Amino acid sequence: MAAAEDASRPFAGLSDVSISEDIPVEGDISVPLGSSRRDDEFSTLDEPVKETILRDLRAVGNKFIHVLYPKRSSSLLRDWDLWGPLLLCVTLALLLQGGAADSDDQGGPQFAEVFVIVWFGSIIITLNSKLLGGTISFFQSLCVLGYCIMPLTVAMAVCRVVLLSGSGTVSFAVRLAVVTASFGWSTFASTAFLADSQPPNRKALVVYPVFLFYFVIGWMILTFSP
Amino acid sequence: MASPNDLQFQEFEEAAELLSADPGASTLSMSASNTPNTAAGGEDVKLDLSEDEEGQEESSELLGGQKPTSGFWTFEYYQSFFNVDTVQVLDRVKGSVMPLPGRNFVKHHLRSNPDLYGPFWICVTLVFSVAISGNLSSFLSQMGDPAYHYRPQFHRVTIAAVVIFVYAWLVPIGLWGFLTWRQGTERQVGGYSFLETVCVYGYSLFIYIPTSVLWIIPFEWLRWTLILVAMVISGSVLVLTFWPVVRDDTKVMAVATVATIVVLHTLLAIGCKLYFFQTAIHVPSPVTTPPPAHITLATTAH
Repeated sequence: MAAAEDASRPFAGLSDVSISEDIPVEGDISVPLGSSRRDDEFSTLDEPVKETILRDLRAVGNKFIHVLYPKRSSSLLRDWDLWGPLLLCVTLALLLQGGAADSDDQGGPQFAEVFVIVWFGSIIITLNSKLLGGTISFFQSLCVLGYCIMPLTVAMAVCRVVLLSGSGTVSFAVRLAVVTASFGWSTFASTAFLADSQPPNRKALVVYPVFLFYFVIGWMILTFSP
Repeated sequence: MASPNDLQFQEFEEAAELLSADPGASTLSMSASNTPNTAAGGEDVKLDLSEDEEGQEESSELLGGQKPTSGFWTFEYYQSFFNVDTVQVLDRVKGSVMPLPGRNFVKHHLRSNPDLYGPFWICVTLVFSVAISGNLSSFLSQMGDPAYHYRPQFHRVTIAAVVIFVYAWLVPIGLWGFLTWRQGTERQVGGYSFLETVCVYGYSLFIYIPTSVLWIIPFEWLRWTLILVAMVISGSVLVLTFWPVVRDDTKVMAVATVATIVVLHTLLAIGCKLYFFQTAIHVPSPVTTPPPAHITLATTAH
């Protein structure tokens, strides 16, 4: 009777149900987190330090290879980093030292001048391309311009080696050829990466400052005299 | 003949009504050279459809000088100063190299779209071309001297940069302020905006870039000829631009203003030539050798 009554009225008997206090209620209400497995993929806290450093070094090396064989790839643009440009700028500025043995102000560019020209030049060119309506982001453009200094740094090293054997006309001709080739390579590599992000009727307006930038750096390399 | 003009006029009215209803709406300008993605919203409604002068004057009168509506702290404000295409920049450069007496640079080439791309990059190029050409010319002039050791003279870049940027940016500020003060209340009759003044000065410096490269050739008469030609060309660009503005002033002030413009321009050209392209004036060794010979002769005679 009571059961039939109960069945006809669902939850009817629950209104006067009470749990006595001496019945322990226990259980585990923690929800198993499905995201802990996703976390393991992104958490790099537990990996060895060598792995962390090698990952960045591999990325930098990968970008150097992309500059050596410039094809229109987006990986250089997507994962920008500024380690490569910093390394190249410091190397170039150090190699350009020792140009004025008597260190009067008639000499070549000082370390700070090279640094300022490279970094402020890159920043101004990036601002210029963004103001003209480019779709590239600020740091991506800095990254591309900095990495494309690599041929000119290599040319600087070659010039220093050539200058060890004397500074006559032959060595000047060799240096001129090397610097011209690397200047052309730098400009070609950077426009291969940057050209896609510009509106088509303003491409020349964006390429010209890049040309001027690498021309000035090439001039500094060519006029280096120990 | 009446119907095409009526159609044009109707379009402008409708657009103006829409613009007054919503000032912040982005507008498409109708001129062929502008791309639709101009960044400044509500910049101006330009009906640059025809080449005739009355159409241009009508639009510039109605617009009363273009002012971007974004604040100066936004990026779009500065993007509106770079709203030029390659062909426009090349056209303005051509206009600065070939000044014709009937053509006012501002009215004909800028057409109420002054840009900062031209002035800035022309100044930067001029700085480097003057410094590099000066270095090359001093190298070539002293090449035969055995005592000469080549120096890159990199400090000249800094000096050139200071001089040229001060000239190209401070002189227009002074000139614009002076002209605005003299205009007084008649603002819409011919006064140029600050950007247009900077633009004219920037583009007028373009002729000095090939001139400085040609100054490497070590003939003095050639250098003075080149500097005269360059000064005449760029000076006439400036004079032709500013004469219609100062013409309405008193005779003395008009002549004084134009004379000041020309004198400052001349000073820049001659100063650059004298500082960066110094010819070697001292003759090296033969002067110093005879006295020691005298002394040794005197000592051996004793």
